[in-house]
Amino acid sequence: MEAASLPAALELTAGGGAGLSPEKRAALGASLLLLQRDYRFERVWFWGCIRGVSGAYYIAQGLGPDRAAPRSCLYSLNCVEWSLLPPATEEVVAQAQRLKGRFQGDPSFEYENSEVNAEDAEIVEDEKEPVMKEEARLVATIEQIDRAVGIIPRGAFVKTPSGSVHENRSFEGLSLTEAKKLSSYFHFTEPVNLKNKTLLEKADLDASTDFLDSLEHDIPPGSWTVQLEKGGTVVVLRSLLWPGLTFYHVPMTKQYGYVYFGTGEKNLDLPFML
Amino acid sequence: EREHGPYQPHEPGYGLYQPGYGPYDDQIPDLKSQMLAIQNAKAYLLKSSTTSGLNLYDHLANMLTKILDERPANAVDIIENISKDVKWAQFQKKMDTLRDEHEILPTFEAAEKRKALFLKANGEGDEELEEEIGETPLPNVMETAFYFEQAGIGLSKDESYHIFLALKKLISVQPIQTCRFWGKILGLEMNYIIAEVQYREGEEEEEEIEEEEVTEEGEKEVDEVKDEDEEDKKEDEPPKSTYKPLPIIPKEENGTGANKYVYFVCNEPGKPWVKLPPVTPAQIVCARKIKKFFTGRLDAPVVSFPPFPGNEANYLRAQIARISAGTHVSPIGFYQFAEEEDEEDEGGTGRNTYEENPDFQPLSVAEMVDSLSTWVHHVQSILEQGRCVWFNPFQKSEEEEEEEEEEEKEEEPDQLEQEIGPPLLTPLSEDEGIENLPAWTAHPSTDMIPQYAVAILQSNRWPGAYAFASGTKFDNVYFGWGHKYSPENHTPALPLPVQAEYPSGPEITETRDPTLEEELAFKAAREAALAAAEEEEDDDEEEEEEEEEEDD
Repeated sequence: MEAASLPAALELTAGGGAGLSPEKRAALGASLLLLQRDYRFERVWFWGCIRGVSGAYYIAQGLGPDRAAPRSCLYSLNCVEWSLLPPATEEVVAQAQRLKGRFQGDPSFEYENSEVNAEDAEIVEDEKEPVMKEEARLVATIEQIDRAVGIIPRGAFVKTPSGSVHENRSFEGLSLTEAKKLSSYFHFTEPVNLKNKTLLEKADLDASTDFLDSLEHDIPPGSWTVQLEKGGTVVVLRSLLWPGLTFYHVPMTKQYGYVYFGTGEKNLDLPFML
Repeated sequence: EREHGPYQPHEPGYGLYQPGYGPYDDQIPDLKSQMLAIQNAKAYLLKSSTTSGLNLYDHLANMLTKILDERPANAVDIIENISKDVKWAQFQKKMDTLRDEHEILPTFEAAEKRKALFLKANGEGDEELEEEIGETPLPNVMETAFYFEQAGIGLSKDESYHIFLALKKLISVQPIQTCRFWGKILGLEMNYIIAEVQYREGEEEEEEIEEEEVTEEGEKEVDEVKDEDEEDKKEDEPPKSTYKPLPIIPKEENGTGANKYVYFVCNEPGKPWVKLPPVTPAQIVCARKIKKFFTGRLDAPVVSFPPFPGNEANYLRAQIARISAGTHVSPIGFYQFAEEEDEEDEGGTGRNTYEENPDFQPLSVAEMVDSLSTWVHHVQSILEQGRCVWFNPFQKSEEEEEEEEEEEKEEEPDQLEQEIGPPLLTPLSEDEGIENLPAWTAHPSTDMIPQYAVAILQSNRWPGAYAFASGTKFDNVYFGWGHKYSPENHTPALPLPVQAEYPSGPEITETRDPTLEEELAFKAAREAALAAAEEEEDDDEEEEEEEEEEDD
């Protein structure tokens, strides 16, 4: 969610019971602005909070002029001092997917890779087991969550002919009927399914706003819950694949955003639970 | 004005100006022809389009009017969008013969319901209010919400207040002794807001009587049907099966064990409260094996394996019972056991009642956070059987024992071992962790201002369950999806193995039908045997006759 609209947004996403204490809220208001100044970000997003066993990580992301470029991630343990995280690489993400269990809450905690296969153990000559630091796992988890369930409403961003992506200044919000449909929301990452659409569908697309994958064809179907809260004035989407991710949008206004409050674990039992 | 040039050699424009090629030479010098050119251009702009009927002159005028009125920043970048908006506005007006009916959005209805919460019920006199202010079962939801908010837990203030009013309505409708906001469980289509309630003594009997009447009527119908069947069956009865189903473990009485509290749910504050049925041990046992999301509709079926005995209302009630038993904690010393005279119970089931301790001395927040032994469970844990108090299903009553002495004793099924759970008021330090994860995480709500910090407990086994303690105040709440945490993936129960077929032996093996030759051969052999037998008889008769003749 935009740092500027943090207080209002927290009120709207509080339906799941998770939020921030007044102390953290006040600290964020000041420290996110300072982040913008220090790192020269154009926009700062408060991404959310990953709860570890003994502490929590608060994550913020900074955006440059091209909003679709890889975002810089920063984390903090107390919402006051922030540290920049290294960008995520495919190996780190693959390594982190093998880890199970909660985050510990200590960024220098090292996970022992106890799932070394017996075959590999014979081949590997060095006795070093690949260890993973919690910081790297954090980076990988943020990347995974953004890739899988980071969403925006359709029409909120436009792609210019030069390829860069900006906010759409003429976006006035989705209507109530549109807001209840999953096809009005896009994943805010590199599109995967766009090329596979039939020519008929592609003819209807508007190249400036429909350049991302919509949520309609997410696997498994039903992994999003769409609800109207606060008496039908806010549309809240919650992801069931990464429980804790909440997206809100007030129809017919420009307010939208997503935030993650959770333990940073994927819900692999989803097919059994639907 | 004076024309420029010809330039003198000392002037800067010298050499650049050539007659006929000056910067303004292509303009029509004559004023009249200039006016004509302007009118021609304007006539062209005023030409209506053949497809849409608009003309460019009006469109540009409208666009410029809009831009000058609104003065957007960087108008040149969004000029196409502005043009599109102006055209769209034009289009709308032309189709105005059909007027849109004023949309009655569902949001308006929802707002009506919430407004109804704020209206005072009719007939509430001021005198009644004064009496009630003294002792009211209504909990101070906003106060509890404040303490949880210090840890970042809780709903928005609006929603908390709506729940507050909804609870007040519930209390005015039902005869309630104590009431508490238990928490919120999220669902796919709608969410559940849950209130934990205890009825006033004597108010619950009405419902039990209704249940008994229903069962009596049901039994009468079953008896009638049985009589008819027995007449038919006496002639040809198939062999009775020797299968005896496992005895059903009865649910605990209302007001004890897992059914100590009654739960009311509603989807949104403003909607009517629905009472959840009491929970049975079979439902708890099954709920432990399945993991399903709630849809938000109480009558939705729960499709699972093993098949859940009930619908979503029962599953919800079972999960609530498990969460309450696992995560409702209080600071040590807040509750104490009531003094009992008889401490010996049958089978050592332990104490299951407690009362508030009037001499409770609260511990400091630092102590509450440092060690988990300063918190205790105040809800009985649920045994494997699904009940809080163990029930021996094979315990025979006195009548049955007398009958058995007279009749032959049938085979006794295996006796179940009595299950004993941890006693009430066990400290949390006794809770087992999950692998290397402790069962609870404790931390103060703030490090900045330790004087006013609140001790917060988060459950790791049931993510979403929280407890706070500050001085003499404490409370528990649950916000989540209603499932237990397991580091391993959920493996559903496998279906039972395929039943074995009847072992094949000679008595049921089909033999081949005899062929024609075999039948004829068999027939011939039989006739030969008969003929041989007749000859013997004839011989015997002849011999007898000869003997008789001889005698004569």
